[in-house]
Amino acid sequence: MKAVNVWGAPLLSIVILLSFLAIWHAATKQETARQIVDPEYAKLVGDAAATGQKSALPTPADVGRTLWSHLNDPFYDKGPNDKGIGIQLAYSIARVLMGYLLAALVAIPVGFVIGMSPLVYRALDPFIQVLKPISPLAWMPLALFTLQDSSISAIFVIFICSMWPMLINTAFGVAAVRREWLNVARTLEVGPFRKAFRVILPAAAPTIMTGMRISIGIAWLVIVAAEMLVGGTGIGYFVWNEWNNLSIANIISGILAIGLVGMLLDLALARLTKLVTFPE
Amino acid sequence: MTEPLIRLEGIAKRFGTTTVFENLHFSVEAGEFACLIGHSGCGKTTILNVLAGLDHATEGYVFVGGREVSGPSLDRAVIFQSHALMPWLTVAGNIAFAVKSRWPEWSSEKVRAHSQKYIDLVNLGGAEKKRPAELSGGMKQRVGIARALSIEPRMLLMDEPFSALDALTRGVLQEEVLRICAETRQTVFMITHDVDEAILLADKIVLMTNGPCAKIAEIVVNTLPRTRTRHDLHKHPHYYRIRNHLIEFLVDRSRAFALSGASADYDPRNPPLVKPGLDPTEARAVEAPPERHGTPTLVAVR
Repeated sequence: MKAVNVWGAPLLSIVILLSFLAIWHAATKQETARQIVDPEYAKLVGDAAATGQKSALPTPADVGRTLWSHLNDPFYDKGPNDKGIGIQLAYSIARVLMGYLLAALVAIPVGFVIGMSPLVYRALDPFIQVLKPISPLAWMPLALFTLQDSSISAIFVIFICSMWPMLINTAFGVAAVRREWLNVARTLEVGPFRKAFRVILPAAAPTIMTGMRISIGIAWLVIVAAEMLVGGTGIGYFVWNEWNNLSIANIISGILAIGLVGMLLDLALARLTKLVTFPE
Repeated sequence: MTEPLIRLEGIAKRFGTTTVFENLHFSVEAGEFACLIGHSGCGKTTILNVLAGLDHATEGYVFVGGREVSGPSLDRAVIFQSHALMPWLTVAGNIAFAVKSRWPEWSSEKVRAHSQKYIDLVNLGGAEKKRPAELSGGMKQRVGIARALSIEPRMLLMDEPFSALDALTRGVLQEEVLRICAETRQTVFMITHDVDEAILLADKIVLMTNGPCAKIAEIVVNTLPRTRTRHDLHKHPHYYRIRNHLIEFLVDRSRAFALSGASADYDPRNPPLVKPGLDPTEARAVEAPPERHGTPTLVAVR
């Protein structure tokens, strides 16, 4: 019984994956190539055009081959428009981490102050409420104009969008620290810095980490769109570039890579959250 | 007469027009174990918080060792009802946090040794590395007690420390507190609902009337010998007299006092000191004339 429980879900996952691949394969399978044009012309324009195939959608096998080639050589660099998927991902991850860490440096201390002081909370609340719902990409033109650098602008957009969940969760976590722990600190005459780092920070850490986990998810969503706009490097640019190349297999590879990296980032933050979470 | 360690002078707490309690006067001598009994809502916890410096009285003054209380202090350790342990620290970590707060200049080795002494005192040896979530309620409260004692305070303030525990654990911990207090001659101010707990532990029991406008109705002197055990407490002739007196107060007089007001000669600055444990002849022998009003023995003996 237990064995069924353990293996049931992965087995079902594999079945779903295989049926999806089967349907995909059936839908994109090429008819036996009947040449409807002159063989000389066919040689010139290539198979797809020559057979009059309407869909450029690749079969699972095509995508698999493309993926394999990417995995075999992820870090090649053949000029600005032809870099390996590994390099592109590295650019995106570097931008995300940079913007994200800058946001954490600002959001966590500010959130701390907001959480400690109802006055500051009420004073900053209107600004937060207005700034929070702005789509991070709406900042892009302003960032490009003021910062004059597309790469820094992308980092700025990540900074802005990962700020709010961290800020709000930190403020909430700090404000919700149990009164009794603060009373213990007061009766022990614990100084303000020691109280902040030894009592409030560990007490609020799980909530802060939850905010950081939400933020990294949003940052990874936004970086793809931001790189499509600013261009040059990054996985978002890669996907857009392959769209211009009409290489659907490469686009699908890019999408898969985005999903996998996003999952890994989330897993890493989940691990960290678990480290600071304490059982009550 | 020497200055009592704790002295409350006319303290009151009001929220807007509601008066929780007012005009409270009483004192606790050094080395004395005082219990405060009263129904919920009479402001017992507020009084303790005022003593601890965590809350402020609307009126009146609190003096500890002759100095007015203006805020929390390491002199006054609090044992909280909810134990208030930090769940991210181990047992040893929780106690070391307190020790380090008291003596910031100590080396970590000295802090560890000092913490260990108090972990052993409350019989928690072997559980040092555990986190609060892995402990039973009784063990958590032991940590709370060890943490409070580890800073070597001049007094302990306990806010219904055992009320969240089951009866068996409560009994065991009460005896531990009795033993520790006998060893250390610690001054204790404790809030409780439990009449038997008060009789077992206290030297004097402060009785509060029901709120709002709660007052101190009287102060019961526990005339039982100080070396007590749960086992043969009830065999002493004073036990049931005191117990009946307290129960009768809680059931009837705490409300009656609040409704009809005190008798004409009630002086809130000097609440009547009663010794219901003594029978009338003993009382006359002990208490020098003039006879006090509302002789307690009349109330206590049935």
